[in-house]
Amino acid sequence: MRHSTRIAVGPVQFRVGSDWAEPIAALDRLYANYSKHEDRPADATVRLFAARPWRRWLRPSVHIGGDYVVPDALPLPLSMGLLAAEMGMNLQVALGWRRHLLLHASAVAKGARAVILSGASGSGKSTLAALLGEGDWRLMGDEFTLLAPESGEAFAFPRAVSLKNEAIAELASRVDPARLGPLLAGTPKGDIRHLVPCAEAIDRMDEAARPSLLLFPRFGGDAAVEPMGEGEAFVRLTEASTNYIALGEAGFDALTRLVREVPAFAIAYPDSASGMALVEQLWAEAAR
Amino acid sequence: MSAIETLVDLLAGRRDPEALNPGEWDGVIGVARAEAMLATLAKRLADAALPEPVAQLLADQRRAAEVATKQALWEAEMARRALAPERIEFVLLKGTAYAAADLSCSAGRQIGDLDILVGRQDLGRAENALLKAGWEWVKSDPYDDAYYREHMHELPPLIHKSRDRMIDVHHTILPRTHRKTPDPLAMLADAVPTADGFAVLCPTDMACHCAAHLLADGDLQGGLRNLWDYHRLAGEFAAADPGFWGKLDGRADQHGLRGEVHRAARLARDLYGAALPSGWDRHDPTDRWFRRRLLARDDWGRPTDFLLQQAFYVRSHWLRMPLAMLARHLWTKWRKGHNPASKGTSSA
Repeated sequence: MRHSTRIAVGPVQFRVGSDWAEPIAALDRLYANYSKHEDRPADATVRLFAARPWRRWLRPSVHIGGDYVVPDALPLPLSMGLLAAEMGMNLQVALGWRRHLLLHASAVAKGARAVILSGASGSGKSTLAALLGEGDWRLMGDEFTLLAPESGEAFAFPRAVSLKNEAIAELASRVDPARLGPLLAGTPKGDIRHLVPCAEAIDRMDEAARPSLLLFPRFGGDAAVEPMGEGEAFVRLTEASTNYIALGEAGFDALTRLVREVPAFAIAYPDSASGMALVEQLWAEAAR
Repeated sequence: MSAIETLVDLLAGRRDPEALNPGEWDGVIGVARAEAMLATLAKRLADAALPEPVAQLLADQRRAAEVATKQALWEAEMARRALAPERIEFVLLKGTAYAAADLSCSAGRQIGDLDILVGRQDLGRAENALLKAGWEWVKSDPYDDAYYREHMHELPPLIHKSRDRMIDVHHTILPRTHRKTPDPLAMLADAVPTADGFAVLCPTDMACHCAAHLLADGDLQGGLRNLWDYHRLAGEFAAADPGFWGKLDGRADQHGLRGEVHRAARLARDLYGAALPSGWDRHDPTDRWFRRRLLARDDWGRPTDFLLQQAFYVRSHWLRMPLAMLARHLWTKWRKGHNPASKGTSSA
């Protein structure tokens, strides 16, 4: 393709090709601190392309393709090329990755132990993980957590954090502006701005951590903690996994082990500060 | 050399996988995924000393393919449990059949839907039994539904409501309106049992069906995979039975598929290096269009050669139905396409 780049996030090496220069330049800026591994073959291919040749210039709209394609996905305007690239990368991982059990969950680690936060979009799991990652936690990822079927360990996928709507201001006030991507206003998912994780999160992205706490956050309402049984945690995580069925027995074993070994809680929180306090409190209790 | 040619060379064993550079791997992995053959390649290269990231990725693919094969065979078992109480006999087709019969082309082969063949007289009962066992209609569009029932070689696709897997119930192997009319009764009558008690087509019928699927049914999308099936099937059958090619000639004549099985054999020779007996080992100038169509993919996995693809698309419809009917069909489809309220998806 005319323009291309390579990005390694956790264990996945991407090659991203594009009909336009802008999305690649934006990706290169956002992922400047990630190692490139020019000589490592790509596990996954993302393509950003114009459906018709003239749509490269005339009302340019970015279609998302690659190894896997969602047939009816709507294209995005070129100004949202970075979001298209992010969606393309997520799509290839969600549909193509088989080495680990993929959980649609964010995760943070302290030392060699990790907290996994699973929830639907809007649950605040991304924001919580990003905020914790600015403190003394290592951000492992805001979108996917990878579970190794044999060892049960969690692997990081620390792509640039996708901050949405209110979370943008909340994080922007705390971090070096150089770590923020451009504001993508009015996308189908609302306002979006990417945050480059701390250097530690990037440098240590290949380090695994043992899952030690499983949280199912819900943003809104009074602060509350509800212990969750193995069965419910299991069912929720099968729904949060994009490759649970494809992994067959290995996926079942990995998930069974996770919910048996790791304490799980549903938490509700009215604001980020109390959400973070709940995580710290449960972490301290789990460590005992 | 393009990535798709490198992929074909690797499958054929003409190229040393250990000598590929990283850039070449990028393309090979991309096009192999696009052709749904990455796990097939992974099985083929299981013993090669490859760069660590490639070795890991291919090991993932092998493991995943084994799970997928097990799941596909389980789906066949589910169909058996639905159909056996009604005493409906069925024959497994395509990927599931290759896996059930433990044929070499099934190593790493992606299996999508479960394809089965039943006698036309059993079609209605098979439909009822499957509906009772939890399968549901996919298409709600009345035109598509009627089209399938009147003109196709299979029921409209059914999907299982809890397992989310599709089943295609065939009563013959090509559309009823197709210029070629293979003999499904002979296929059913001569089917052979597998070790697990399923039935699959006999070797010559399996090769005939594979060639028909590759060359007479559709526009050659996914053709490299289907050709690989044919290559491995014919090679394996010929190794087990020296008279195989002769028998295949006779059987292909019976089904009106001589042109298809011969062309498939020549393409398997040209691309994958198949050894052909005399009488088969010929040259046909029109094969080059098929070779070009099979290799029409760039190093990013994108389809290329747009006009040639369109030509094969038109050809697939030309083979599939008489002209007047084709015109009516495309007219209906076009009108529906322009009316958002009735927009459905269809490959018919």
